[in-house]
Amino acid sequence: MADTDRPMIELRGVTKRFGGFTAVNRVSLTVKAGEFLTLLGPSGCGKTTLLRLLAGFEMPDEGMVLLDGEDVSHVPPYRRSVNQVFQSYALFPHLTVRENVGFGLRMQQVPVAEASDRIVAALRMVSLVEQADKYPHQMSGGQRQRVALARAIVPRPKVLLLDEPLSALDAKLRHGMQLELKRLQRKLGMTFVFVTHDQEEALTMSDRIAVINKGRIEQLGNASEIYHRPRTAFTADFIGQANLLESSVVGRNGTTARVRLETGLELVIARAELPDAASKALVSIRPEKIHISRAPVTAENVFQARIEEEIFQGATDSLQLVTDQGTRLHALVANESATQEAFHEGDTVYCSLHLDDLVIVQAE
Amino acid sequence: MLAGTAPAVPVSDHNRPGWKAWALLAPMVLWLILFVVVPGLILLVYSFCERDEIGGVMFTFTWENYARVFDPVYLRIFGRSVWYAALTTAICAVVGYPVAYYIARVPETLRNKLLLLVMVPFWTSFLIRTFAWITILKQEGLLNSLVKAMGAGIGPFDLLYTPTAVVIGLVYAYLPFMILPIYGSAEKLDNSLIEAAYDLGASPVRAFSSVIVPLTMPGIAAGTLLVFVPAIGMFAITDLMGGAKVPMIGNVIQNQFLLARNWPFGAALGVVFMLMFVVTYVILQRRASRSA
Ligand SMILES: Nc1ncnc2c1ncn2[C@@H]1O[C@H](COP(=O)(O)OP(=O)(O)OP(=O)(O)O)[C@@H](O)[C@H]1O
Ligand SMILES: [Mg+2]
Repeated sequence: MADTDRPMIELRGVTKRFGGFTAVNRVSLTVKAGEFLTLLGPSGCGKTTLLRLLAGFEMPDEGMVLLDGEDVSHVPPYRRSVNQVFQSYALFPHLTVRENVGFGLRMQQVPVAEASDRIVAALRMVSLVEQADKYPHQMSGGQRQRVALARAIVPRPKVLLLDEPLSALDAKLRHGMQLELKRLQRKLGMTFVFVTHDQEEALTMSDRIAVINKGRIEQLGNASEIYHRPRTAFTADFIGQANLLESSVVGRNGTTARVRLETGLELVIARAELPDAASKALVSIRPEKIHISRAPVTAENVFQARIEEEIFQGATDSLQLVTDQGTRLHALVANESATQEAFHEGDTVYCSLHLDDLVIVQAE
Repeated sequence: MLAGTAPAVPVSDHNRPGWKAWALLAPMVLWLILFVVVPGLILLVYSFCERDEIGGVMFTFTWENYARVFDPVYLRIFGRSVWYAALTTAICAVVGYPVAYYIARVPETLRNKLLLLVMVPFWTSFLIRTFAWITILKQEGLLNSLVKAMGAGIGPFDLLYTPTAVVIGLVYAYLPFMILPIYGSAEKLDNSLIEAAYDLGASPVRAFSSVIVPLTMPGIAAGTLLVFVPAIGMFAITDLMGGAKVPMIGNVIQNQFLLARNWPFGAALGVVFMLMFVVTYVILQRRASRSA
């Protein structure tokens, strides 16, 4: 991939309405060639509609869809070099696995000999060569999913669209397929646009994630940016968990600023987080970023809190904390070993927060 | 084997109807025996009998009736009946398919209204509807008056009592029987399959021929059966609209029983006719189960 920065997909101010309802609202987005982009958002936020605009099943009411530099806004799906893995797989029930996978090649009138080689290669890639002559109804959910994948890849589209392709699989299989899909995408160097409402899946697989809310892109960035530096309360809350605390700005000096929570608890944050004129700020704190110790520590943002509730969750302990001032916080601490001294309900502990872990987000 | 290990739940009996199922089926079974099996057997017996001078049935065995069935005169009538029925079926399929498909794709509330429209003709007696066609098609009928009023300089058309009139009548009578089963399978067709075809580069025409038609084949097969089989045997339309000028096998059988009073020969024609049904049915069934 010499020119990885070449834009493969470009959306320019795309809007799609159904009657009076705006499903996709002025979305602009560029996907680079060979990139794995995930559209992540809650149910009904417009992910499928966005994908259908890319596939050509919907035409934008406003804006433009460009594919590999070419305006395809009003090009029908059968003339776009874009293939989709459907959420329900949509395998043709009257065709065998081999015929399903070969359907795209048959439509492109690829010579039979070449087509059969490519079909076998694709089936080998998804380890289904032995199942080639079965019908879809004779296969398991996971196998069908792989047939759908092979069928979409075999015509060598410029872009592969995947609409929650793993949501029907059980957790274990899903995890295996996530890694397999990612590996496949790297190997093929194909541009993938993947839709999910599962944030963990998005974080695992994507080069970049577009967080979608109510038909708009809320934030676009790689997994780490989205997780560590959410820009809005929606993103902070949707990706992982977050303590969202309203505060007012009480002072700025040098590189830091002080904010006071409604309960009176004061925290020091990085000044760069704050817009210059802001007098109010919404602070987002990830539960696992709250450090807890029995002994007092010397760090910034140290305060005492009582453990109101403790829930054992296997790898982690989930703690509900109430600070002396009355602020409620949710914290997660690693369970290092069974012999380690654990925290218990009613204990009083010291909490500390690193400056970088206090993120200011925009309220909705 | 399984039944042995778990006697409380005899798995092997699971698909066999128990006495309750038979009790529920009894009325239908009785009906079938009385009105299908028994008359069929009587017909079969008669077809090997001889006719006496006054039109009675003599129970002496003979092949003669079957020999007569294969007389070129009757073979030609059989052939013509099959041809007309096939033509009717083909026209019904070509006309009915788009209608059925369209109804299956419109929003649900509209769907039921359109289905009702398809079935409205059944509210009137079949004979009345056929006579209505006669008034439309006859020399001074509605159609010719209309053509004349338009002043196109063509016509009048001599349609009534022609083969064309027969086919029009047959298509009209059987069209709903083609539309309803096709609607049934088109309605079940998952839209994402059609989209998948487009997505993989199929033009609308190719998507239709390689995905939509094969997946609605069970409906087409059922419709074909429901139109083709009765259309072969139809005698009222051919009588009324064909003016008895082009006798079909249905007319011949009817005549043998009622006018010629040759029941054994009529029975033989009927048996051969039924065999044709069975063969058609088996062929279509095979094809439908292969595509399903
Ligand atoms: N054909 C349509 N007609 C009317 N409204 C539609 C249509 N398609 C989608 N919508 C609406 O647009 C919104 C976005 O739908 P979309 O299917 O894109 O959501 P989604 O993000 O894919 O959700 P999910 O995660 O549940 O699949 C929904 O509120 C939906 O009701
Ligand atoms: Mg969706």
